[in-house]
Amino acid sequence: MEQFTINLLFVGASFALYIGIAIWARAGSTSEFYAAGRGVHPVTNGMATAADWMSAASFISMAGLIAFTGYDNSSFLMGWTGGYVLLALLLAPYLRKFGKYTVSEFIGDRFYSPTARLVAVICLIIASTTYVIGQMTGVGVAFGRFLEISNTAGLLIGACVVFAYAVFGGMKGVTYTQVAQYVVLILAYTIPAVFISLQLTGNPIPGLGLFSETANAGGEGSVYLLQKLDQVVTDLGFASYTEAHKDNLNMVLFTLSLMIGTAGLPHVIMRFFTVPKVSDARWSAGWALVFIALLYLTAPAVGAMARLNITNLMWPDGTNGEAVSVQMIEEDAAYDWMETWQKTGLLDWEDKNGDGRIQYYNDQSDAMAERAAANGWEGNELTNFNRDILVLANPEIASLPSWVIGLVAAGGLAAALSTAAGLLLAISSAVSHDLLKGQLTPNMSEKNELLSARIAMAIAIVVATILGLNPPGFAAQTVALAFGLAAASIFPALMMGIFSKRVNNVGAVAGMLSGLTFTLVYIFLHKGWLFIAGTNSFPDTVDGSLFGIQSTAIGAVGAAINFAVAYAVSMSTKDTPQEIKDLVESVRVPAGAGEAVDH
Amino acid sequence: MSEQPDPKAYWAANMRVIKISLVIWAIVPFGFGILLRPMLSGIQIGGTDLGFWVAQQGSILVFLAIIFFYAWRMNKLDREHGVEE
Repeated sequence: MEQFTINLLFVGASFALYIGIAIWARAGSTSEFYAAGRGVHPVTNGMATAADWMSAASFISMAGLIAFTGYDNSSFLMGWTGGYVLLALLLAPYLRKFGKYTVSEFIGDRFYSPTARLVAVICLIIASTTYVIGQMTGVGVAFGRFLEISNTAGLLIGACVVFAYAVFGGMKGVTYTQVAQYVVLILAYTIPAVFISLQLTGNPIPGLGLFSETANAGGEGSVYLLQKLDQVVTDLGFASYTEAHKDNLNMVLFTLSLMIGTAGLPHVIMRFFTVPKVSDARWSAGWALVFIALLYLTAPAVGAMARLNITNLMWPDGTNGEAVSVQMIEEDAAYDWMETWQKTGLLDWEDKNGDGRIQYYNDQSDAMAERAAANGWEGNELTNFNRDILVLANPEIASLPSWVIGLVAAGGLAAALSTAAGLLLAISSAVSHDLLKGQLTPNMSEKNELLSARIAMAIAIVVATILGLNPPGFAAQTVALAFGLAAASIFPALMMGIFSKRVNNVGAVAGMLSGLTFTLVYIFLHKGWLFIAGTNSFPDTVDGSLFGIQSTAIGAVGAAINFAVAYAVSMSTKDTPQEIKDLVESVRVPAGAGEAVDH
Repeated sequence: MSEQPDPKAYWAANMRVIKISLVIWAIVPFGFGILLRPMLSGIQIGGTDLGFWVAQQGSILVFLAIIFFYAWRMNKLDREHGVEE
């Protein structure tokens, strides 16, 4: 059977499963649409949170970014898991006790100010929309490959599917669908990794294989996988895999931004509103991280092993031998993936010096200049290798059976779709529930509320698709910007709302606005205004950046500004009223947490 | 167990657990994984140094331990202070 047919079969079957579940558990009332009637068990909720959380950025993009930089991109691994500690300790139980549906409702009530609620809604919409842009980038890659069309066409088709999918049901449909999606995506991520780990190291657990000796080395002179990888990449003039090449300040701030951002993203926080009890909210965060860790412990192995496999394919006689010939790429079945991916426009090569071979090396490295000159090389000939294709191409690179390739296609789409749906839900509830019903038209009927929620979804996806056509970075990098924005705006307000009785309405509004504005302006100065290329004032590198801090790492600074401004302004204005102090007291103890109320 | 729920004592106990947990949360990734990595480079593990392992896998396992410890400890504190649901 053709690979295309197999992919279609796997993707089709997984979609039929999700849609079947969505119909079976379709949302009826508004309360079900937003929070699934609070009947979700912590383990189920954890699994759904994991599916919701692990997006195109985690599944499709992250291992690729790690593969091509190694240690320096460990920030993604630490940052996107460490945030769950903040969630579990500082937010989840208290927000569950508070018992409303949305994050901005809490901010509006705690800071007794419709303005605070409005500002929170704006922060949520900006962060979530940036996040959806990153998802659309991943959706474009996945659909492009699976339908064997260009990345742009894949993105447009993907956008239609995401929209249809998100409109289908609310949280309840989404909760059980996401459990199914979790199962599909974790199998799709793990199975090829197990095969590859067995091939390279003989260890069936990829996370352990990463730190094992290579299988074919054997006997004396046997070598660890990571040592071998370090050696082959440095042979080709690339930076070593395991050493640090980034400055500590940027690495710490980037990791911290991702952590704080995790605890400030509405679609993740909303999950903890759907558990029955406060104690369940604590467990839920732990279970979510268990299911996330299954992928995150495997991801560094996927990255390292793929990098080794690619290098071996490009240099079949070893890094000191002859490079792969053009004829071999065209004829050998092991190189079929290169031709399939070339169709998407995300992979390309060019025989610059016309020697019939494709030399893959770092042409910016001084050490390689001598060897290149001696051999008549005229620059790196693997001219384009988009980081976002690595995970999806991985089973093909390792020549795995075609059913594994089909499974990975289904998994990649599951990851992108589940998160895009969750985000669209967060955006639509922010607009219809918080903005329209909460502020502008309080007497709106349930029917109109659902209608406006869907219109908001449509607008969000159109904006994300347009911006996704020229994304500000690879999927995970764009998503990292969204985390910076959430870190600088939402998390500090939530945390101060629970842990301080003194921070008042004026302080919270000033804090959120200054954190958001600072971070957004800093990102736009480096990435271009509204992410339009060429409109940036500073190059997006460590050396060229305004404060020596990369735009992806600035969220942590924005959060610090938010805290400082909110505190300073609060101290110089009127103290919070007694009923707010009582509210904070009641949020802090679990006793008396009832069903959540709508108003 | 206690007859009279005392929210102040409960909150103080909660803050103690949070502080200890957050210190560990910060030291492992930022300390062992990044800043102190050169000092630990002597400890070899699987073809590389301890810091690399902490940055790529170790921190995640520590985060899991912290969350489950906190959930267990707090559910116990809830009962001890008579503030459980």
